[in-house]
Amino acid sequence: MAARARASVTPPADGHDIASLLAAKEMIIICGSGGVGKTTTAAALAAQAVVNIGGRVLVLTVDPAKRLANALGLQAFGNTETRVPNEAFTAAGVTPRGELWAAMLDTKAGWDELIKRHAPDATLRDTVLANPLYQNITGRFVQSHDYIAMERLHELHASGRYDLVIIDTPPSRNALDILDAPARMMEFFGSRLLRWLTVPYRSRIFTVASKPFYQVADRILGSRFLQDIAEFFVLFQTMEKGFVARAREVERLLADPRTSFLIVSTLEAAPAHEAAFLAAALAERHLPLGGIVLNRAMPPVLREPSAAKAASKLGDAAANTALADDLGAKLDAEPDVVRGILGEIAGRFHDIAMVATREAERRAELQRLAPFTSTAPALDHDIHNLASLLELGNLLWREADEPDSL
Amino acid sequence: MNLLDRQLLFVTGKGGVGKTTVAAALAQLAALQGRRTLVCEMDAKGSLASAFDCSPFPYAARQVDTDLYAMAMNTEDSLREYLKLFIRIPFVGRIGPLARTFDFVADAAPGVKEILAIGKLCYEVRERNYDLVVVDAEATGHIISQIGAPRVISELVQVGLVKDQTKWMLDILEDPARTGLVTVTTPEEMPVNETIDLLAQVSERTRVDSAAVIVNRVLPALFGTREASVFDQLFTPLAQRALVAAAGRAVTDVMDAARMNESRRRIGDGHLDHLREALAAGPGSPPAMLYIPELFTRATGRRVVTLVAEALGEELG
Repeated sequence: MAARARASVTPPADGHDIASLLAAKEMIIICGSGGVGKTTTAAALAAQAVVNIGGRVLVLTVDPAKRLANALGLQAFGNTETRVPNEAFTAAGVTPRGELWAAMLDTKAGWDELIKRHAPDATLRDTVLANPLYQNITGRFVQSHDYIAMERLHELHASGRYDLVIIDTPPSRNALDILDAPARMMEFFGSRLLRWLTVPYRSRIFTVASKPFYQVADRILGSRFLQDIAEFFVLFQTMEKGFVARAREVERLLADPRTSFLIVSTLEAAPAHEAAFLAAALAERHLPLGGIVLNRAMPPVLREPSAAKAASKLGDAAANTALADDLGAKLDAEPDVVRGILGEIAGRFHDIAMVATREAERRAELQRLAPFTSTAPALDHDIHNLASLLELGNLLWREADEPDSL
Repeated sequence: MNLLDRQLLFVTGKGGVGKTTVAAALAQLAALQGRRTLVCEMDAKGSLASAFDCSPFPYAARQVDTDLYAMAMNTEDSLREYLKLFIRIPFVGRIGPLARTFDFVADAAPGVKEILAIGKLCYEVRERNYDLVVVDAEATGHIISQIGAPRVISELVQVGLVKDQTKWMLDILEDPARTGLVTVTTPEEMPVNETIDLLAQVSERTRVDSAAVIVNRVLPALFGTREASVFDQLFTPLAQRALVAAAGRAVTDVMDAARMNESRRRIGDGHLDHLREALAAGPGSPPAMLYIPELFTRATGRRVVTLVAEALGEELG
């Protein structure tokens, strides 16, 4: 059904741009460091996919800015999927070929659903949900957000409701966390420490192995607190089988041929470095990197030698010729003021051009690591409706970047 | 009171705003001014070490420069040290292979991991091993659970050593003369909004003092407001003809770059006005605002840290 809905578009064989990537894949995982526009990019690409390819497209975002949420018509947090009305597209001057759906990732609700699914019975389910430590865990478990994000992706894809799911990933302490989250979940259930913690409740006898651990832990944490923790983990362990099987499925999904990763970055030093690191990590894990999206790039014209020459000339002319007097007379301004402004403009150009050159160097490095890069310039306005979201999507949708020549 | 006269500074901020660079620069500035300074990276990603152009920092502090020491936090090492210092019994289990699992449990049990990290930092302050400890702390999303951990623990745990331990930590953390939170932002919408949200939460959920907000990458104005109308007139056809005649056709690219710079600066100024208003409206006296200009440098690493430290030095006077 999915294939038929999108049969009108034949992706090019190479898949080396955004359009063909989104036409060929069913799950796109957007990753990258914080502050680079991941959420906005995910939403912009989903909207463009609806306009250009069609089908039912869902974007799952994490904590979007209010304006972006409004642009997508999302009002409240929750795991509910909301359809962006066709009128929003019409208002933006385009006719959608499919349906755009949006949802926000709610880690707490995601955990609750997992517990409900895997708990062997209602009593146990309610005990876990009511456990005082449980709330803490859902919010703070290492990579708890990452795992839930992957879990939701799996669930949405398996629901058969969507042709394409684009998922924005939570801001991680480490970009790799998202890749390792399912494995860590399995590791946790198989861990010796979990068994140690739960031993006295299963056998009611301190084994030789657990004794020193308990002695120490008891003195540090106090036995009451330790007991609370252990009780919780005992409950948790009853769900081991379900959790582990599910985590394994989720892990397989990451490497599924229908899945692709899209790294989002800017061309500033730190995010670009993180993007390169992430690309290498994907390759190492044999996970498919679709491409790299580069947001907020300086316009290439800044690197034109002719522009640099003109800036130098402008600086000279402002200082040494009658240009400032001439302009001052024309604009009814003090010639010295005009001279000062022109001097600043000329001087600043070289600063900005130098940053642009540096950006081009970083882009060339990233181009060696991905099938393609697609670059969007810095927009001089904030994203506040579907039209501006589509504008960004359109910039990325055009052909992939030509390799940078330096 | 000079920011650097405190003993413990937590530096936070939204991802991508330059939190690590600012933490490194604060530490470098303090060291240059003769304070024995420790700078600590909390997430062990190695970005603090990259900022100093060093190989990754170990848990045991390593000297980077005169009066400047650096370390990377590691919960397992912190636990080991803690056990040695306070429990005084040999730890029989090999915790090495269990480190990753320990992460899980420590994080699940509210605040255990955080308190081990915060405990280590407070310990260095308490023992006066350094004049100043600068922490490249968690990003805005996680900082509350980090600095708030000792209070959460002291309320959750009724007895035991940990309970006793939280008291002296809280004495240090909640004393504005000793401890301060520094939030780094940029003049952009999302970082500014996150900063406003964070500071509201800090005063609501913790008793840690918000000492300063540092605005990074502020575009310097090309000219004063008085000249703005003249600048706008330079884009009239009349003026453009004169400019092209003097500097060639590509001068329009140069003028466009200037206009882009100005429009970005004006948008940024709007966000900063919003930030200042929101902070002034908050409870208590608003944190100090410090500004670091966009550096326009091709350098990365230590050179950037040096430039930011110079800018901060001027701001702090």
